[in-house]
Amino acid sequence: MTARSAPSIKRRRTASANAPDWRNALFVAPYLFFFVTLLVFPLFWGIWLSFHKADIFTNGPFIGLGNYLRLFNDAVFLQSVGNTFYFVLLTVPTLALLGLFLALSLNSNSRLATILRGLFFSSSVLSVTIVTLIWRFVFIPQYGLLSAIYKLFGSEVPSFLTDPNLAMIAIAITTIWWCIGLPMMLFLAALQQIPADIYEAAALDNASRWRTLISITLPSIRRTFVLVVIIQIVMQFQLFGQAWLMTRGGPNNTTRAIVLHIYDLAFRRWDVGMGAAASEVLFVLILAAATIQFLTSRSAGDRS
Amino acid sequence: MTAEIDIRNVSKSYGPLKVIENLSLSIPAHEFVVFLGPSGCGKSTLLRMIAGLEGIDDGEILINGERVDPLPPGKRGLAMVFQSYALYPHMTVRQNMAFGLENLATPAPVIAERIAAAARMLEIDHLLDRKPGQLSGGQRQRVAIGRAVVKEPKAFLFDEPLSNLDAALRARTRIEIAQLHQRLRATMIFVTHDQIEAMTLAERIVVMNNRRIEQIGPPMEIYDQPATRFVASFVGTPQMNFFDVRGATGSQIRLDGTLSLSTRVDPIDAGRAAALGIRCEAVRVTGEGQGDADGVIDVLERLGDRALAHVRLPGGQTVIANEIAQTKLRVGDRVGLGFDGAKAHLFDAAGVALPLRSAP
Repeated sequence: MTARSAPSIKRRRTASANAPDWRNALFVAPYLFFFVTLLVFPLFWGIWLSFHKADIFTNGPFIGLGNYLRLFNDAVFLQSVGNTFYFVLLTVPTLALLGLFLALSLNSNSRLATILRGLFFSSSVLSVTIVTLIWRFVFIPQYGLLSAIYKLFGSEVPSFLTDPNLAMIAIAITTIWWCIGLPMMLFLAALQQIPADIYEAAALDNASRWRTLISITLPSIRRTFVLVVIIQIVMQFQLFGQAWLMTRGGPNNTTRAIVLHIYDLAFRRWDVGMGAAASEVLFVLILAAATIQFLTSRSAGDRS
Repeated sequence: MTAEIDIRNVSKSYGPLKVIENLSLSIPAHEFVVFLGPSGCGKSTLLRMIAGLEGIDDGEILINGERVDPLPPGKRGLAMVFQSYALYPHMTVRQNMAFGLENLATPAPVIAERIAAAARMLEIDHLLDRKPGQLSGGQRQRVAIGRAVVKEPKAFLFDEPLSNLDAALRARTRIEIAQLHQRLRATMIFVTHDQIEAMTLAERIVVMNNRRIEQIGPPMEIYDQPATRFVASFVGTPQMNFFDVRGATGSQIRLDGTLSLSTRVDPIDAGRAAALGIRCEAVRVTGEGQGDADGVIDVLERLGDRALAHVRLPGGQTVIANEIAQTKLRVGDRVGLGFDGAKAHLFDAAGVALPLRSAP
């Protein structure tokens, strides 16, 4: 120890390992850059465009709600909204229920279940072009797979892709075949999270298989069910590829979906302003549908 | 309501791995039996076989003389309390307790009455409308017990139900389970690896090791007359001291070096003795040179009510001796050890206890 006073040492606080640090932002920055430039900016630019009479080269004059008024007087657009709702109604419940059914059937470690899981998921990795190609082969009158099956029973296959009443159903079938992998996998993941001892307790409680399904399994995967439905609502509202490649929106515009109409407006008729307005309508529709689904399922869950 | 359970020549294997081998056990009605053993000894498997959660490969299981092993778990009339409680997370406590009765088509007023009675007994009335996620570990444990009680089962099966509780709660719940048994007089089977739970709860302990039953008997018999070296080492804290036997003259057993003890072993059997075990309460700390052997204190554990002196003998072996709590001994002290040979246990090379002459 010396008598001289030691130079005062600056006391540094020891930071907690989890304390915020500006350097952490560096890790987020690359993602943030693309998120802003490719998602946030276009979102607001789209809104801005929808209030202008714009074409592909110039931003025209501000016309307020003009584009929206034209849209709601456009019978074809209104029909495309109806078509899209019809398509969502055909696909989303089927995907959710069929996915749940497949997951319940294939939730075992047997070799067969493993193979089938892979098989059902494999369609998801195909591109829309391949999928529609396959299904056009199925639906082709006279030579297609369906035609062969109908012939076995001695009847004539209806012309799925050209019948106005059947075209959307054909597209829905194609879509369900294409998209069933994800719901199935999400349900399987949820089923495997349920602890085994709950099932053992239920077995000792003399619960039948049906009662176990209704009272134990389904309540345990309720959150996943909500998630699957919301994901599918968001995805299926954006129907484009299948309808474009299989029917070009026909016959009689019966398979013309909203995105198809947007594509038509913005990139074939160069009416970018109106295309942007239609996009905003679709955006609001998806948001509303997903929100309603989320809110109803949440309040139902709280009551039970 | 209560039942006797008979297990006859039961075997079970998973592929080539045998988990239970030709095991027989009879449990009379009203008895509280504890299956005690280290993990992997097959005790939980045995319980789950009684419950019907595991099939059996061979043998039979009878409840009240009726064969149950072909029946599914729900048809055996048993109730089980799981280690993880296994409460249904999306149901309220009331619904959890009612579930099993509803499946038996019990009339609603009866269900309500039984739930009310069980809830009062277990002091969970105020929790009936909560979900398991809103309960503490101890409360969940009570609900799990309540769920078993309302079923008025033929027997209660407990699968290590206390191991997820903290020490204080474990001790309290232990007492409550004992009181529950006194009140209901139901047959209870309790699986644990904790010898204190086994000693305090059981009317009979079934000590299991390596797929087999080592010994069946009342707690004090298990403690005082262990049938095998495994039972002797597994039951009792601290563990029994063991010595290799070097030779015997009559009932005089020679151990390492100069140490030699006069035991109660029958001289006819003494020649087969391979190991000698002696509990710490039969070993006294004396002044250096005044006991049967001398050593150095390595560790002194003060437990509050007593102290344990770990004494290292010149041969390198450590012996644990009981000492009073107020002991003045310190680590490094040289002390002598006095052994009470009459309380020593002797085991042959296979680990089986040799018969002892009754105490004088």
